[in-house]
Amino acid sequence: MKLRLRREMHWIRIDRYYSFVSEKESMTRENDIADADSTDKGEYKHWENVSVIHQPMMCQHCAQAPCETVCPVLATSHSSEGLNQMTYNRCIGTKYCGNNCPYKVRRFNWFRYNDNDKFDFHFNNPLGKMVINPDVTVRTRGVMEKCSFCVQRIQEAKLKVKREGGNMKNVQVETACQRACPSNAIVFGDLHNPDSDISKLHRNERAFSVLDELNVQSSVKYMTKIRNTETI
Amino acid sequence: MIHDSLIRERLVTGDKTAADVTRDISRPILNQPSSAWKIGFTLSLIFLGIFGVSLFWTVWTGIGVWNINKSVMWGWDITNFVFWVGIGHAGTLISAVLLLFRQKWRMSINRSAEAMTIFAVVCAAMFPVFHMGRVWVGYWALPLPNAFGSLWVNFNSPLLWDVFAISTYFSVSLLFWYIGMIPDIATIRDKVKTKTAKFWYNFFSMGWTGSTRSWARYELVSLILAGISTPLVLSVHTIVSADFATSVIPGWHTTIFPPYFVAGAIFSGFGMVATLLVVARKVMNYENYITIGHLEAMTKIIMVTGTLVGIAYLTEFFIAWYSVVEYEQYAFINRATGPYWWAYWSMMSCNLIAPQVFWFKWARTTPWFIFIMSIVVNVGMWFERFVIIVTSLHRDYLPSSWVMYSGSLTEVGLFLGTFGIFFTCFFLFAKFLPVINMSEVKTILRNRE
Ligand code: SF4
Repeated sequence: MKLRLRREMHWIRIDRYYSFVSEKESMTRENDIADADSTDKGEYKHWENVSVIHQPMMCQHCAQAPCETVCPVLATSHSSEGLNQMTYNRCIGTKYCGNNCPYKVRRFNWFRYNDNDKFDFHFNNPLGKMVINPDVTVRTRGVMEKCSFCVQRIQEAKLKVKREGGNMKNVQVETACQRACPSNAIVFGDLHNPDSDISKLHRNERAFSVLDELNVQSSVKYMTKIRNTETI
Repeated sequence: MIHDSLIRERLVTGDKTAADVTRDISRPILNQPSSAWKIGFTLSLIFLGIFGVSLFWTVWTGIGVWNINKSVMWGWDITNFVFWVGIGHAGTLISAVLLLFRQKWRMSINRSAEAMTIFAVVCAAMFPVFHMGRVWVGYWALPLPNAFGSLWVNFNSPLLWDVFAISTYFSVSLLFWYIGMIPDIATIRDKVKTKTAKFWYNFFSMGWTGSTRSWARYELVSLILAGISTPLVLSVHTIVSADFATSVIPGWHTTIFPPYFVAGAIFSGFGMVATLLVVARKVMNYENYITIGHLEAMTKIIMVTGTLVGIAYLTEFFIAWYSVVEYEQYAFINRATGPYWWAYWSMMSCNLIAPQVFWFKWARTTPWFIFIMSIVVNVGMWFERFVIIVTSLHRDYLPSSWVMYSGSLTEVGLFLGTFGIFFTCFFLFAKFLPVINMSEVKTILRNRE
């Protein structure tokens, strides 16, 4: 039901784009793709020759975030560390930020999902609740949410350094998605530190920002794949 | 006897005297409600009930009962908001701008147009308030001193500008409407019989005596309020358009929005005034006060503003092409030929093409035809907002987030329900307050003793 209404609740989604290069022309327009899909015209001989662009998409933590300026109550703001923070308990739910995010990564709590029999995915009993991350706030109905860059993990690391001494530079914070990715495709780190892995990757000439032309100055960069083709 | 032009049509026909004016206009207030009034009022109450049920369902269960989704987060709600705010524009334009320009034809229609403004703004306000996920903390959008620490509102946000723009507009319009009504309320006060009625009309007439001094002050205050309201005619819809114009979404991010929205607002506002007055003059027998000449003047404004809006639509297309921004170009092509083409072409035909019939004198002077056209205009303007909001959001930058959207039953119910609010207020107004400004109309009578 939620999916039919296009209300997925992922903080990170995997976008796939197909491009299809034939002798005729490259095919990126959705209508062409739909046509090719629905007919056996035989025109598209290289149908197997389709390339897939695979792009995990989450909040890009834009330095010039369009979502931040439009919130009437400053429920989403920029931290001194460059994170785009979402303050759930300040949010009044105008959804303007979600509209104005060019990456469309903001998600809304349409209903009260926790402790609600209609959304019982075995999370309504004490045992089920133990699965839920205790470090992440449970959002109430009517607020926005999005990828926080695992702010709870960053916070944990900061507290640890505070407690035990040491330097944040030497602490490696891993986000949940990074830990889950078996091929180490996701790297997280401190962009302020020029020697960090992430800074090196950002300087790599393969790195690009999605929708760079909007100048929202996203903090996330993607590494383009080097393919041995003529056009893409 | 005042100067009477030979070529101009009279503003009030039927050789009315001042006494006739008072009698005609206070008749519905002093008599029992007619059966037409009763039927209309009952219908309005039914729609008000629909509003109540839909609103209860929304607030009780969550915004999820609407069909808006992860990409189209504003749908019918904000469409309706802009629609109603737009309608509200004609009142202030008629009363303030036309007052400053000394357009005397405004005198028999300004009262009802102002009332319409106020009721429309009330309807409009429902949507930004109840589209909030958590309405119960909605007051956080007001810059109130609070106990949460240094929490303050975000003055960068166009939604906050809306809060100021709409509340200013509402309060100034209400004040203007009320002050303009004081002499008439006093007239009614002197005529009603029952004790309660006397008490209330007396209370609201603020002890008006009709002395020269009161009149002098009254005129002055009206002029000042007209001066204050005039910029509001332009500012309110400019700010509403800023909700879209300041964003980054292709199809919203356009500098043409402020003038285009203001023209559209006046267009739809006059459409609604025409709808109401064509019916009211017939039902209440005010054909001598709201003459064909009045209707004709309004149709001319409808035609001019409709054409302006149409030019804005075409300009948007041109600029999209001229900008060489791929997203912008796609947004507009998608509007006209994408899955919501029907909304786009309804908008085009209702707003740009249809009003062109008012080039013909027959169309401008036939009340039933004007009535139909006024409905067409408002249907078109609703579609305009739908097109702007939904078609821009449903396909913006990243194709992976492209979705479709259509309103749910609750959203439709809320929209229909606001007509309930609007007409309930309007019927009450028509029953308890003078629909035409008696004191002003008396100044333009030909037959003055
Ligand atoms: S990606 Fe979207 S939600 Fe994240 S900071 Fe940028 S505009 Fe805001």
